[in-house]
Amino acid sequence: MDQLLHDFSPGLFFMQAIILIILIVLMIKFAWKPILDALQTREDGIQDALDSAEKAKLEMANLNADNERLLKEARAERETMMKEAREMKAKMIADAKEEAQAEANKTIENAQAAIESEKKAAVAELKNTVASLSVEIAEKMVKSELSNKDKQLELVNSMLNDAKLN
Amino acid sequence: MVAKKSINFITVLVFALFSISTYADDGEQKPGNKIDTAEEIKEYIAHHLKDSHDFHFYTHNESGKHYSFPLPVIVWTSNGLKTFMSSEFHHDDSGKVVVDQGDTKLVKLHSKIYELEPGETTVSFDADHHATNAHAVLDFSITKSVVGMLLAGLLMLLAFGALARGYKKGKTIPTGFSRVLEPLVIYVRDEIAKPNIGEKKYRKFMGFLLTVFFFIWILNLLGLTPLGFNVTGQIAVTACLAIFTVIIYLFSGTKDFWGHTLWMPGVPYLLRPILAVIELIGFVVIKPFSLLVRLFANITAGHFVVMSLIALMITLKESFGPVASTGMSLVLALFIMVIEILVAFLQAFIFTMLSSLFIGMAVEEHDDHH
Repeated sequence: MDQLLHDFSPGLFFMQAIILIILIVLMIKFAWKPILDALQTREDGIQDALDSAEKAKLEMANLNADNERLLKEARAERETMMKEAREMKAKMIADAKEEAQAEANKTIENAQAAIESEKKAAVAELKNTVASLSVEIAEKMVKSELSNKDKQLELVNSMLNDAKLN
Repeated sequence: MVAKKSINFITVLVFALFSISTYADDGEQKPGNKIDTAEEIKEYIAHHLKDSHDFHFYTHNESGKHYSFPLPVIVWTSNGLKTFMSSEFHHDDSGKVVVDQGDTKLVKLHSKIYELEPGETTVSFDADHHATNAHAVLDFSITKSVVGMLLAGLLMLLAFGALARGYKKGKTIPTGFSRVLEPLVIYVRDEIAKPNIGEKKYRKFMGFLLTVFFFIWILNLLGLTPLGFNVTGQIAVTACLAIFTVIIYLFSGTKDFWGHTLWMPGVPYLLRPILAVIELIGFVVIKPFSLLVRLFANITAGHFVVMSLIALMITLKESFGPVASTGMSLVLALFIMVIEILVAFLQAFIFTMLSSLFIGMAVEEHDDHH
């Protein structure tokens, strides 16, 4: 302890104090302040970059989810559209078929009606012809037969019978 | 490239400032005066551990020539300030050479400068080899330690100034030697200052902590070079560093800190003044004392051990022969040297760590009211 106190040099202490103060001031001004500031700025920059990268990742994920959703929606829409189209097609075909059927039926009906009327006309004409023929025959028969009374009666009877058969 | 240039610059600067002078002693030391006895080795080591007024490289054995350069001596005597070069003492350290500065006579004795009482011409000694007719003067000399400090300061300014300039030039990642320094700065900030002082308040103490850390580390490492600096082994230097820490933490102490120190809550009232005294002694005396003694003792012990192991070469020559003693000395000295490189960092780290711990205690905000 005595030796320590003896070795203690107040002059060296003083010089050291001065040098240390000057050194601290100079180092703060020319080294520590700019260095620490630069480090701080750099670390903040890195932190910011990391944060924004994280944010971008999140946004990307959101965007992907959006895309997925849109795709799904589009797919669903397409599906419904296809379904509608298919239904429409079926309906149109059915409609067309029905219409054609109706048309055909109508045509057939018309044809039948025409045939019926033609038939009627033909039958009427035939009747008329037959009637006139009968009349003519009758006239001729009457003319030839009426000379004989019995024959006349016989004829009338036969003709009546014929007429009933008709 | 820049680093290389600046190293060249320093070399030129050093040689320009101190021209090496070689001169023979005036027969004070007889030629062929080898240091080869245990007694002489002990004295040599003790001499090395002390501060010195010139920069001594080695002494040529045959001619007794000293290769060294002198440093300025600046002393405050009873007759005012005296300045001269240390070469005027002619390497005398035993008080024999008297430097006459007009009205004041000065001698150098065991690395200290003494002023002779008026009228005396030579120093007389008592039985314990203490000067009886001279008193020590206030010595502001540019001693070897001061040169070491200036060198360390210059190195720091150049190295960290370059790092700072690199950032200013817009480089976000430093290149070259600065790349080595940056992690060290970050280490001090993140591992020493932030955990001990706290995220919010560490910033304003960084200047002191970083300066002290690198200052001590560089000086410790300089002490391991053959230049023979022993700056951090000077008790005045470590005391000054410790007192800076004390001043800083006492002046930045919060109200909470003083409240807890002087009037400890949660303790019986009778005990509080006693605790206050204990706490005050702790903060003002014991903590700085532990700081200054730890650094001083570690570095002094390191130098002592390394030099003693090197001296084994001589002291064991008698019993083991030259080859074995040299080999043993080399291996042991190398081993301790490697440890000393670790200690150089460790002591800088511990000093800074404890300083920031004490500062942290002083600026801490106590949330818990106990």
